[in-house]
Amino acid sequence: MRPELSLIAVILLLFFFDLFAKGKARDYFQPLACVLMAVHVLVNVVPSREAFSLFGSMYQYVPMMSIVKTVMAIGTLVVILQASNWLVGDDTRHKQGEFYVLLLSTLLGMNFMISAGNFLMFFIALELASVPMACLVAFDKYKHHSAEAGAKYILSALFSSGLMLYGISMLYGTTGTLYFDDMAARLSGTPLQVMALVFFFSGLGFKISLVPFHLWTADAYQGAPTTVTGYLSVVSKGAAAFTLMVILMKVFAPMVAEWQTVLFWLIIASITIGNLFAIRQQNMKRFLAFSSISQAGYVMLGVIGGNAMGMTSLVFYLLVYLAANLAAFGIVNVIERNSGKLDMDDYNGLYRTNPKLAFLMTLALFSLAGIPPFAGFFSKFFIFMAAFSEGFHLLVVIALLNTIISLYYYLRVVKAMYINPSDAPIATFRSDGYTRLSLVLCMAGVLLLGIASSVYDGIHLFSFGL
Amino acid sequence: MNILSLFVLVPLLMLLGLWLSKSINQIRGVMVAGSTALLGLAVALVFMYLGERASGNTAEMLFMADYVWYAPLNIHYTIGVDGISVAMLLLSAIIVFTGTFASWRLQPLTKEYFLWFCLLSLGVFGFFICIDLFTMFMFYEVALIPMYLLIGVWGSGRKEYSAMKLTLMLMGASALLLAGILGIYFGSGATTMNILEIAALHNIPFEQQCIWFPLTFIGFGVLGALFPFHTWSPDGHASAPTAVSMLHAGVLMKLGGYGCFRVAMYLMPEAAQELSWIFIILTTISVVYGAFSACVQKDLKYINAYSSVSHCGLVLFAILMMNSTASTGAILQMLSHGLMTALFFALIGMIYGRTHTRDIRELNGLMRIMPFLAVGYVIAGLANLGLPGLSGFIAEMTIFNGAFMNDDVFHRTVTIIACTSIVITAVYILRVVGKILYGTCTNEHHLKLTDATWDERLAVIFLVVAVAGLGLAPFWISDMIHESVLPIVSHLALN
Repeated sequence: MRPELSLIAVILLLFFFDLFAKGKARDYFQPLACVLMAVHVLVNVVPSREAFSLFGSMYQYVPMMSIVKTVMAIGTLVVILQASNWLVGDDTRHKQGEFYVLLLSTLLGMNFMISAGNFLMFFIALELASVPMACLVAFDKYKHHSAEAGAKYILSALFSSGLMLYGISMLYGTTGTLYFDDMAARLSGTPLQVMALVFFFSGLGFKISLVPFHLWTADAYQGAPTTVTGYLSVVSKGAAAFTLMVILMKVFAPMVAEWQTVLFWLIIASITIGNLFAIRQQNMKRFLAFSSISQAGYVMLGVIGGNAMGMTSLVFYLLVYLAANLAAFGIVNVIERNSGKLDMDDYNGLYRTNPKLAFLMTLALFSLAGIPPFAGFFSKFFIFMAAFSEGFHLLVVIALLNTIISLYYYLRVVKAMYINPSDAPIATFRSDGYTRLSLVLCMAGVLLLGIASSVYDGIHLFSFGL
Repeated sequence: MNILSLFVLVPLLMLLGLWLSKSINQIRGVMVAGSTALLGLAVALVFMYLGERASGNTAEMLFMADYVWYAPLNIHYTIGVDGISVAMLLLSAIIVFTGTFASWRLQPLTKEYFLWFCLLSLGVFGFFICIDLFTMFMFYEVALIPMYLLIGVWGSGRKEYSAMKLTLMLMGASALLLAGILGIYFGSGATTMNILEIAALHNIPFEQQCIWFPLTFIGFGVLGALFPFHTWSPDGHASAPTAVSMLHAGVLMKLGGYGCFRVAMYLMPEAAQELSWIFIILTTISVVYGAFSACVQKDLKYINAYSSVSHCGLVLFAILMMNSTASTGAILQMLSHGLMTALFFALIGMIYGRTHTRDIRELNGLMRIMPFLAVGYVIAGLANLGLPGLSGFIAEMTIFNGAFMNDDVFHRTVTIIACTSIVITAVYILRVVGKILYGTCTNEHHLKLTDATWDERLAVIFLVVAVAGLGLAPFWISDMIHESVLPIVSHLALN
């Protein structure tokens, strides 16, 4: 329970600070939030090795879950760092407190979702992760795009939740229980249960934005404030992906052939469609939205094998993806704040005016594309290896060929920054300290996670218990 | 520390040095110091290697070292060299050294240029010292990606198109290669990715070999300009800046041949035997088609690029002949082609830098205007068409000799067809030399041009000496290669 408890403490502290802090003290809101979040990360960085369950196995714990929670917390810390230059703006200054409380509530929801041992618990946690998220997406409520994105998000979230609840009710009807452990023993793969499995996919598929549940993604990503988009694309997606793996491996273990078939097609569709749509995007946020759809497909390669190697490589992939994607969003964000520009053509000639940002963006994109010596290469290789070891040869080859498409569109951005001439490049500016710190953190991840094998080895130590 | 790791460490230090340097002189200092150190290392390695062999060390790989990297996945950083890799390391060091001087006056963004240049050489050196499949593949990709920016930013002509085409084709090939590597690893059931151990286990089922061998061979073969996947090469070479063309044709394309030999054929010998006829036909087409294409080009770089397709095709052709003579010839051809193509591209770059055209219709009588460069060009041309005494003759002679040793009709027919490329090569080389160097200069602007500067002379002389050295005294290096080819060839012959 340690991650949840310390997170609740952080939420309460920030909430009361928001209530009671007046005048000058409010200037310390941002540093306080960062420090508290950093403390939260540090407290939870070493997982306890014993598996246990609480509240009549409503809440379950294996060490791997704690690692994922820490990864998500690191992602949230980076997001909070990047949010600073946006939050101090005139529109949002007075509602900083709400931002932190909402953001951390969704994180709390994800933590419970990861550790859920019962479908009811899981559903409540999922809603806790979804509903405040809609507020965050619509946080710039005076901006038309943001409000529209919030509405789209909540409508599709509710629809997919409804479908999932329907699936869960079918499971309950056929097995008579909602507890994960009992259900695994009673599932037999009847047609109704297969139906339930498909409905169940829609709920988490929505959060992971797998094709065909991805239709909200581009609009919500584009409309939401950029930091929230970063959060959506990394933390929210990562937690849901891990949860999906836990539930498939634990609950649906008797129906492994069925869910592998479903996942097989979902992966191919996500990777291919995400990639093909990303090629045509001009808006950087839409572009990263489609790239994140295809990345979600790659993440699922770690699930489909259903082995320990897959679990390790999935968590490692999430960590690496977090570093690279948040770096990219951080740069998009800081450029948007300083120049108001979001189109790929606006990035033309960026290297001449802001060489450091352009260079960091290049590294982040190379890592996303899976190019060595950056961490993305290692995480992609390992996740391919995991799927390959279980005999999904064709799937791996299709995914590999798709990396070429993804390389093409990542290189388009690099080309814009380095090669394309521009009459009116983005003016030179200095980014703020928080953003710099967040980018340093992300770059440390991009450069070191692959070369230094200790992180992977550390994760591997805990890849048991599911 | 193992001497081989220095080949990776020195480029890393160069990257660091470049990152810290502020002025053009510091950048040049770092590059000269680094590339000289690499060259020194490579020469020292040759002597150490020969010394070890002379003292009776018969291990397949020397100077081995093994560090566990990702223990749960059996990924190691395993290094070691045999005669083939030593020769390739020497070649790479020479090209990097001369490439530094060939881009002495490069503008703009000099620092960034050399940063990517160093990253590329890091990948190349790492690739040749590694014998672990994963680490090898990683270095392979490290060597590929800098090409995009090197061509895209500093190139000429249709640089954006060429850079993207080259990157996507090569990365597409490496995707196939990755599948092949995973297939080899899981198919062999090995608990290691070490090439030697997988070869010693020798238990990849034949049906699986028939899937993974073509993937691996094509994966590497694309980089070795295997027909019909060679189309990135002419465009890429034509658009790349001088030193990048040198490094690319001189070294990077050799990664392909080396990989086909060391990974695809060594680890999957049965499939290599079974499927070699397909690739022999493709490489024969490469050889002849490349030579014919070179005949009709008007751009100097395109001529040379198609000539590279032809010569690199010959490398793959030779290793598919699967005997020790032809394989030795293949490695010699890699060396020889690397040196003479680098020389060619260096000279073309220098001529282009002065005349601002590479169109052979606009160039005349350069022999009088820039005699040093012109003589260099003639020497490179003669080496290319296989004049005895220069490196090309040795390599091609050995290859065709070896190829003819296969006494069945199919092998002999393709050998005879491939042999015609020698004649065609002579046609296009002599045509260009006659056209641009001799006669009278009709362009008034060209009359005022100057001959090579000291840095250019250094690069050219160095390469000419290497080409002539390999041609006049091939025995010591060909002996070294021959005894290293034997384990691989005997592995192939077992079946």
